[in-house]
Amino acid sequence: MYNQTEIIKDTTNLGPEGELVVNMGPQHPATHGVLHLVVTLNGETIKKIEPHLGYIHRSIEKMCESLTYRQFIYVTSRMDYLSSHINNTACALLVEKGMQIEVPERAKVVRTILNELTRIASHELWIGAMAMDLGAFTPFFYAFREREMITDIMEETCGARLTMNYIVPGGLMYDIHPDFQTKVKAFVKQFKEKVTEYEDLVTGNVIFQSRTKGVGVLTAEDAISYGCSGPVARASGVSCDIRKIAPYDAYDRVEFDEIVETAGDSFARYIVRVKEMNQSIHIIEQLIDNIPEGDFVGKTKNVLKLAKGEFYQRVETARGELGVYIVSEGGTTPYRIKFRSPGFSNLSVLDHIAKGSKIGDLMATMGTLDLVIPDIDR
Amino acid sequence: MFLKDYISDVYNGVTSLLKGMRKTGYYFTHSKEIITEQYPDNRATLKLADRFKGEVVMPHDEQNEHTCTGCTACELACPNGTIKIITKFEMTPEGKKKKAIDSFIYRLEMCTLCNLCVAACPSDAIKMAPNFEHSVFDRSKLTKILNKPGSKIKEGVE
Repeated sequence: MYNQTEIIKDTTNLGPEGELVVNMGPQHPATHGVLHLVVTLNGETIKKIEPHLGYIHRSIEKMCESLTYRQFIYVTSRMDYLSSHINNTACALLVEKGMQIEVPERAKVVRTILNELTRIASHELWIGAMAMDLGAFTPFFYAFREREMITDIMEETCGARLTMNYIVPGGLMYDIHPDFQTKVKAFVKQFKEKVTEYEDLVTGNVIFQSRTKGVGVLTAEDAISYGCSGPVARASGVSCDIRKIAPYDAYDRVEFDEIVETAGDSFARYIVRVKEMNQSIHIIEQLIDNIPEGDFVGKTKNVLKLAKGEFYQRVETARGELGVYIVSEGGTTPYRIKFRSPGFSNLSVLDHIAKGSKIGDLMATMGTLDLVIPDIDR
Repeated sequence: MFLKDYISDVYNGVTSLLKGMRKTGYYFTHSKEIITEQYPDNRATLKLADRFKGEVVMPHDEQNEHTCTGCTACELACPNGTIKIITKFEMTPEGKKKKAIDSFIYRLEMCTLCNLCVAACPSDAIKMAPNFEHSVFDRSKLTKILNKPGSKIKEGVE
């Protein structure tokens, strides 16, 4: 594989059809981390894309095998660090399902609110980074202004800004901060006022539209056969929201729409995420005034032991479907743990949808797939 | 028709750009609405949340007493082996042997600030402190002994 990536000194003979191999990454500013793409070009047209992974592999699955069911949750914050709350929720739900732990209503509602705040924060960062990929620098700061309010809420209630480890089997680590509700309401109010600024800056911008419309088109059949999930699949007209299909926590009692677009191009993926943020705000509005009183953590044993068998739990992260699969031998640590991360399937479709387009369009296609490399590489 | 499309494209392009530039121009002229904080200069006013997980500390009271019994619950709860407790036996005034901590070794360089040790502590001997300026020139300075020299366990804590 690496013989393709040698530096070509003699430019007179570039293969049978004038092919050129270009390395994009692993430290390219537009690849959002250490993604290494080996792009085969014919002129400016992409002929083949090979993603090379392994630069940020930390063997999280193997690490989890030596950690107890309380300890392994903190590691999952480091997979998809932009939706760490949702990863933690998936693991906590699985342990609760395996041990039949009763979760108090208060914990369920607070978890749902935090999950939706995390989703908004993730999409905010994505909008900023996506616009920056396409050459617009300013929207990054506008997106981070609202995201900062969410990280402040997280800091006050959970004690950290990115890797929270606030959700434990049975409920929450400690009760929410007394100011939590007022702060979230202030955020909802500000977000509704300021979201129009993104529309003015990004959505309506003619350069942004002409760079994303019709670029990287993914059909519904391909989205299903490649195993895409989340906003990527929903922009192609595939209904795949786990919050609707298999509701967990408090999602069964809230009202929200699953955003499905049919165009399948980069602009549709952008629109899905922007509309999803508004739906998340809608979910938070329904729950924030109705946090039930009571315990924040259910009764759990001191030492958690999962029964012998196999357990699976899936949740909807900001990027798609995250599945956690545990094989237990009855001990205090998992025998085998496997994460089905949404980013890996979404990256695998990149070669298919970017083939034949120009190299400038690769940035738009890759940006709208919303890749988080630690999630893909684990 | 081509000319008409061309002119409308140019018009739409310019208006959409001006629309965006009006937003940025608004913040350019309204500098009071800018929320950026200049970090090292705002140290005096910078206030982190009380719950912020910066490092593990062991609170001592005025008599230099802590509440750590040396039960090693935090050591077992830690996923990374950050905490090491060395215990010793002290003689009480009644002449009985009593277990006490000799040193509570905390390695900040290995800590992921997950709060599991604080949650596991039965006597609330350790807590998270909102200190975040941890940079030092030598890694060995990050290995800390949390119990102060000469400190002893508070009366009545078992």
